[in-house]
Amino acid sequence: MAMENNATDTPAPIPAVIPQGPPVKIGEPLFVRCLLIGLALLFLALFLFLPLVAVFSNALSEGLGVFLTAIADPYARAAVRLTLMTTAIAVPLNIVFGISASWAITKFDFFGKSFLVSLIDLPFTVSPVISGVIFVLLFGAHGFLGPWLSAHDIKIIFATPGIILVTVFVTFPFVARELIPLMQSHGSDDEEAALSLGASGWQTFFRITVPNIRWGLLYGIILCTARALGEFGAVSVVSGHIRGKTITMPLHVEILYNEYNFASAFAVASLLAMVSLVTLALKKFAEWKGQKEARDHAAYVYQQES
Amino acid sequence: MSVPFLRKRQSIIPGFGLTMGFTLAYLGLVVLIPLSTLYLKTASMDGQALWHTITSQRAIAAYKLSFGASAVAACINTVCGLLVAWVLVRYYFPGKALVDALVDLPFALPTAVAGISLTSIYSAQGWVGRLFAPFDMKIAYTRVGITIALTFIGLPFVVRTLQPVLRDLDPEVEEAASSLGATRWQTFVRVLVPTVLPATLTGFALAFARALGEYGSVVFIAGNMPLRTEIAPLLIMTRLEEYDYKGATALAVFMLSVSFLLLFGINMLQRWSRRHQEVGG
Repeated sequence: MAMENNATDTPAPIPAVIPQGPPVKIGEPLFVRCLLIGLALLFLALFLFLPLVAVFSNALSEGLGVFLTAIADPYARAAVRLTLMTTAIAVPLNIVFGISASWAITKFDFFGKSFLVSLIDLPFTVSPVISGVIFVLLFGAHGFLGPWLSAHDIKIIFATPGIILVTVFVTFPFVARELIPLMQSHGSDDEEAALSLGASGWQTFFRITVPNIRWGLLYGIILCTARALGEFGAVSVVSGHIRGKTITMPLHVEILYNEYNFASAFAVASLLAMVSLVTLALKKFAEWKGQKEARDHAAYVYQQES
Repeated sequence: MSVPFLRKRQSIIPGFGLTMGFTLAYLGLVVLIPLSTLYLKTASMDGQALWHTITSQRAIAAYKLSFGASAVAACINTVCGLLVAWVLVRYYFPGKALVDALVDLPFALPTAVAGISLTSIYSAQGWVGRLFAPFDMKIAYTRVGITIALTFIGLPFVVRTLQPVLRDLDPEVEEAASSLGATRWQTFVRVLVPTVLPATLTGFALAFARALGEYGSVVFIAGNMPLRTEIAPLLIMTRLEEYDYKGATALAVFMLSVSFLLLFGINMLQRWSRRHQEVGG
């Protein structure tokens, strides 16, 4: 159908010189456009929009009372606390790592740089379940360090430290992989200028580098936080599922759901869904700010040069 | 702190020892040592038992399902993702910015939340499942349901890989094709598709790799029947819950090695894509 209509379309006139007015029209006829937009929106509605709406609709399906009870439940609150604590430990660690790795990688030349960058991306390729398995093999009762840990009465697997460790593992690359390309594109000229004018290393970092990379950094932190709050598979392996102790929010959702407590499960899930919507909004904001700053910077450089 | 095998460029910028030392130490402790335990554990296992576990009937059924459903989902994502990316880059319609932001939802929404939500929609009582129930067609708890969950999770990969490539396309190429008498469809098939092919393949591979390891969004909708609707990550989980650590390790090593091969392939694709763009652009 689309083909027929296109075939009758007359070819655009050949511009003899660079056209002064609007560019040559190379788009599709109006109804093809509408059809394509319609199909794309239908697909997105079915696969993205519907699941999102379903979370909130199911959460309120048995009324606001059930929703509030589910959220105020002591087990739910314990899950929220554990999730927040895990995130509060994992994200800062990965921020420090991300900054440090991108500084080392972009400010200096050394052998094996691209190999190091691929190693940093490694956790993204590991299935969440396998991420859990490797920590069980390392710290579990039958793991490499298991006998030593139990002799010293340290519990990592089926306890909070294990949950924190796997969360650090799965969120490991987020900040670094945002910062490395950004710092690469900025170069080192600004820092070198500051240093040659007598600034110390830390001064240069906080006053020159941080303002340059702040939106990319925020972007990485947002993605890292979203994943840390919502990680399910890896945490599920090492959690041990002790109610009120080693249950994070996603695991609490699972327990409620498997108990056929659907409205409550969706109530807790809707909290996580709201966080993810805030994540998307913040992410868009950071992207927009970052692009705007890059444009302003380019315009400034252009002005200086001309 | 000196790192002997790394050569430092002459630079007045400080902090090489500190940042590189911390980076390598943290990378080693958090990622490399834990990952290497998987291979160490496998090395300590009996080769025959290992082979037996990896090729057991239940494991093979799980791989078939995981690879098959992931491939179908990645194909759906490639076609629909190209459509979505095209519409988002080329056309204007009201609410476009919102739709563009929503494409990242599968990255932001916790997988367990996506899992229960998709299950509620596609089960026999759900909004969509209800429409198919009179025809005796089940979606949730079947392979179709698994494919739907894997499609959801892989959707942003194709769109986000293709968007910048489509945006950077030089309109002059299409103008040239059109002025030489090509129809719009010919231009699309002979000019645009070859140009975006490497990026499309990269998006496909990324979506496929993600779907292969996915657990949270699939486990609720899958039904989890051994030999029929049991995906490979779930089988690993089951083995762990049975305290069969050797079995879990064997399966994990196999799946992880496949992922590494895929990662290698994706890197090659991306390199090809970049060269392709430089030559083409």
